[in-house]
Amino acid sequence: MKIAGKIHVLGDDINTDYIISSKYKSTILDLDELAQHVLEDYDPDFAGRLNPGDIVAAGNNFGCGSARETAPLVLKRAGVAAVIARSFARIFFRNAHNVGLPIIEFDTRALENGDQLELDLVAGCLVNHTQGKEATFSAPPAEMLAILKAGGLLEYYRHYHHFPWT
Amino acid sequence: MGQTIAEKILGKHAGRTVKPGEIAIVAPDLIFCHDDSRPHPFSLLHSLGVERIAHPDRVVVVLDHAPSPTASVAGVHQMIRDFSRARGIQLYDIGTGIAHLVLPEKGHVRPGDLVIGPDSHTCTQGAIGAFACGVGSADVAAALLSGQTWLRVPESIRIELSGTLPPGVYAKDLALFLIGHFGADGATYKSVELTGTAVAELDMDGRFTVCNMGIEMGAKAFIIPPDETTLGWFADRQMRDVVPLQADPDARYSETRHYDIGELAPQVALPHRVDDVVAVEAVEGTPIRQAVIGTCTNSRPADFRAAAKVLRGRKVHRDVRFYIIPGSRGVLANIAADGTLEALLAAGAIMGTPGCSGCIGGAHFAVPSDGEKMITTANRNFRGRTGNRNASIYLGSPATVAASTLNGYISDPRNYLE
Repeated sequence: MKIAGKIHVLGDDINTDYIISSKYKSTILDLDELAQHVLEDYDPDFAGRLNPGDIVAAGNNFGCGSARETAPLVLKRAGVAAVIARSFARIFFRNAHNVGLPIIEFDTRALENGDQLELDLVAGCLVNHTQGKEATFSAPPAEMLAILKAGGLLEYYRHYHHFPWT
Repeated sequence: MGQTIAEKILGKHAGRTVKPGEIAIVAPDLIFCHDDSRPHPFSLLHSLGVERIAHPDRVVVVLDHAPSPTASVAGVHQMIRDFSRARGIQLYDIGTGIAHLVLPEKGHVRPGDLVIGPDSHTCTQGAIGAFACGVGSADVAAALLSGQTWLRVPESIRIELSGTLPPGVYAKDLALFLIGHFGADGATYKSVELTGTAVAELDMDGRFTVCNMGIEMGAKAFIIPPDETTLGWFADRQMRDVVPLQADPDARYSETRHYDIGELAPQVALPHRVDDVVAVEAVEGTPIRQAVIGTCTNSRPADFRAAAKVLRGRKVHRDVRFYIIPGSRGVLANIAADGTLEALLAAGAIMGTPGCSGCIGGAHFAVPSDGEKMITTANRNFRGRTGNRNASIYLGSPATVAASTLNGYISDPRNYLE
């Protein structure tokens, strides 16, 4: 599973309300409409700068806050191909896999805004074409990769008629 | 080797002894849903074409997030009602209260239970000695369908508290103090056990408050081991068959921290982070124009009584809008019966429907205007959380919020104790 894209660097503790503001989550049901507001309360211009296929690179505790799947769903619908971060909040970690948004734990401190990255989720390899560097990361375990490849937990169930753990 | 409470509960539900780091396949005792997940777990099951769920008697639904503010949300509510009725699932409709209050109130949680729900504040039930953690909609749908989910067994952190909370200082101050020390990810992936003489002195309302905020330090579960107070609370509800689960004396913790809270001051979390916590003296005098006592953190009888102690016979400042939202119909009845509600309304409080209104901006209540500062008993103050990114949110205890409404600026509740 390979992903290539340009990165947008964000800080630490990017919470779910920053990813998609609470004021929209309960009443706007359309994902495309919600996606227009991605990261709005953190940076009102972010949605305008994001192109489909881009990658988000963040610091510690990405996705802290709510258990709603809306946060990873909005990122995915807005076109974010993957999120790499120094660490993830645990509910966001589960939800990202369950909705089919690839996430990778990686020390992002040396990454710069606009770097062109190539990620290999099976091999656990990261290539930074802009800086001319390569690095490794812990590849997701086989079951998580299978969920991502299927496009999410329920997509996995639709395809295989059981869950990875049953 | 000795086990922590988390290891015991997850082991019991996995049918084998478990160690931190292992994946446990577990059958929850309780799966709850509310009305705020998008997509809703029931919608996900519809889209899978699934009719049957594994254990309808272990499922509870509470419609709590907003009292039907739009036609499309009303449609979601109706879908939830239809799904629940067709399968004999217990449903509490709009106005019953916030799920995290309704579940224990109605006897759906016991010590040693495994509880999951599509809400990060599911951890509130740790006050009962349950392992309660938030997951997403797909996880809930999968658990409804299969009766099981997977959980990685967490390491446990032990916090021991000594000292007695001083007058004017409450459970919410304790919660904020701990989050300030641990940080927003200080307990990520961990189960926290909160113990000590100071905890033994907390009533159940206070314990629910502290456990509710566990997620704000990233905790997977936040548990207060059951004791006489817990058993007494169950006895009051005619539930006597509860078995308190304790950690073994030789259980292993990734860290143990001791705090003496005998000198604790009221605490305030500054905009826009829950872990940016200071003593109230540091922000006394900050003007506020809106105040809220409510949300799953502080909407129980003890919270409103603490506020009434400050506000009885006094009036809210003319420039402050002060909202109170009893967390459930049961709480509302309780505070209506003993004069607490009367005292708050006489002071100038604006009352809301029992439920989540007043917490998040999407719940159609108490949205501040540009540039306004507000103080609330809620659990989060992220920028934009109450519906306006150009406003600022301070977090405090019900007593601190009440004192602040009197003056129109953040105030120390210890000045209003007589």
